[in-house]
Amino acid sequence: MSQQLTQKVDVDLPAQSVIPQARPGLRWLMLAVGLVVVLALPWFVYPPVAMDIAAWALFAISVDLLLGYTGLLSFGHAAFWGTSAYATGLIAIKLGLPFPVAVIGGAVVAMVIAIPTGYLAVRRTGIYFAMVTLAFAQMLYFIANQWRDVTGGENGLQGIPKAFFGIELVETDAFYFYYAAIPIILIGITIAWRIVNSPFGRVLVAIRDNPARARALGYDVERYKVMVFVLSAGLAGLAGGVFSISHGFASLQELVWTTSGKVVLITVLGGIGTLWGGPIGAAVVVLLEDRLASSGFNGIGIITGTIFVVIVLAFRHGIWGTARNGVNAWLNRRRVKTGQRL
Amino acid sequence: MSAFIQYTLQGLAAGGFYALSALGLAVIFGVLGVVNFAHGACYMLGAVAAAVLLDQIGLGFWLALPVVTILMFGFGVLLERLFVRWLLKLDPLYNFLLTFGITLFLVDLVKRQYGVSSLPYPVPTQLQGRLEVGALALSKYELFVAGFAMLVCLGVWLLLTKTRVGMIVRASTEDAERSRALGINVGRWVTPVFGFGIALAGLAGVLAAPTRSVNADMGSFFIIILFAVVVIGGLGSILGAVVAGFMVGLVEAYGQAYAPAFAQVLIFVLMAAVILVRPSGLFGREEAA
Repeated sequence: MSQQLTQKVDVDLPAQSVIPQARPGLRWLMLAVGLVVVLALPWFVYPPVAMDIAAWALFAISVDLLLGYTGLLSFGHAAFWGTSAYATGLIAIKLGLPFPVAVIGGAVVAMVIAIPTGYLAVRRTGIYFAMVTLAFAQMLYFIANQWRDVTGGENGLQGIPKAFFGIELVETDAFYFYYAAIPIILIGITIAWRIVNSPFGRVLVAIRDNPARARALGYDVERYKVMVFVLSAGLAGLAGGVFSISHGFASLQELVWTTSGKVVLITVLGGIGTLWGGPIGAAVVVLLEDRLASSGFNGIGIITGTIFVVIVLAFRHGIWGTARNGVNAWLNRRRVKTGQRL
Repeated sequence: MSAFIQYTLQGLAAGGFYALSALGLAVIFGVLGVVNFAHGACYMLGAVAAAVLLDQIGLGFWLALPVVTILMFGFGVLLERLFVRWLLKLDPLYNFLLTFGITLFLVDLVKRQYGVSSLPYPVPTQLQGRLEVGALALSKYELFVAGFAMLVCLGVWLLLTKTRVGMIVRASTEDAERSRALGINVGRWVTPVFGFGIALAGLAGVLAAPTRSVNADMGSFFIIILFAVVVIGGLGSILGAVVAGFMVGLVEAYGQAYAPAFAQVLIFVLMAAVILVRPSGLFGREEAA
């Protein structure tokens, strides 16, 4: 009798609430595997491309912090990635500081830019938020295009040094640079993970699921949104800074709206609301673009556009989300089966 | 003074492109609740189609206006049937993302097919040159574009306010649920309305072809300005789209004339000001937020 009861409960509960997250053991295993992959990446992938994957991964996570955990689609995140790319480059060139310092400086500039933008953007929600952020990013693009003395206009900012405390191996060899820069990316991801798993993060999810209720509970919804917007801009800034140092230049490409679109594509492809999705989506998209570019195929948008359409139509949970749901469903079925056998 | 009038005319002509396209965006949003990211790409397709038809079969500007508009209507119907319709029940963000993917696809497809350099498209012979009015020398083509765009906007407005079809569309925009309850088959109008909105973007593209450079990228900044237009006008509002369209055209033209360094930034400053003072847009309703 009691056995039947437990079975019934198991079957009726949706997969999500039976296993809210991976079991602790499994999670540590996943983290270990992830870390090994991150450290081994430049052995298997051309190191600058590996660096691109890492930068785009953090960039995508910064977007997911808004989209997946707060329910805000920022379609203008290139603003922060690009602003930091330029600011980092300028700090590195003009002040000659070691690149990690320059990157942090760039991220701070991105956060400063994000305060007024976020303040204005959070006055609207949903689709309006997307359009407003997109428009402000475009404004920054035009400013960077006009402000030639500082940004180099269409030529971009060239000759950004990889100064690293005089360690020549890092400054000249992309392979060693990867290991010098990857801690910045990992720290960024850890910050995102801390935000998501903090009381602050729970409030964000509450706002995503029911803003009116969060407000009724006494949370200043707009203030929380601006705060997470600025934090997210900081993470995007870290990523953009690493990207521009790695490439040795910052260009208008970093600010244009297709860059905002690409990072949203990566986020959705990997899986919204899953911190793992960003890195997976970034790996797929960056490697795909690299292969297509080196094969001389022009018209990358034809492929990425098609992928995006298919993902949005058929796999809205993304790669990680689909895999996780599949595994959870399988675990549940197995649990029910073993229950029957007992 | 005469320079000022010329800038005004330039602004109204550019505003005509924005107003027509924004009108299409507004109608689609009103009935389907979809913000069509591919609107800029459809504007580009309209212009490219006009240039290609001229090159391949010698189809002139005056015939291109109706032919391309009808073709784009068909294209819109196809888009809605094949893609957009499957996501209508979900969060509108999904259709925003879907149409973004379609944009990437279309832009790079055109780039692959016709290259990145601009396709030639002459101003129709009847509209070349300038019209001398006293001390003024006004571009005939700009006069035509400004006037024609206003006429089309007026026509659409009459269609929406004075006809039964328009009444149904407005009722569906206002409250789809209640319209259904009153026995209107809202679903029947979804596809033609989407096609209609795309056709307007295509029409704007044909009108732009003689004065703008016709290439795959011509829609990529256009769409951003268009978003600023609908944010300023209020996304749900037909009147807002038209007024804000011409307004942004004017701001752009005056900006280019008097403060060229800030011309493009001005539009976004205007948008920021509107968001601060009236978050729902000049003609938007509060609840549309």
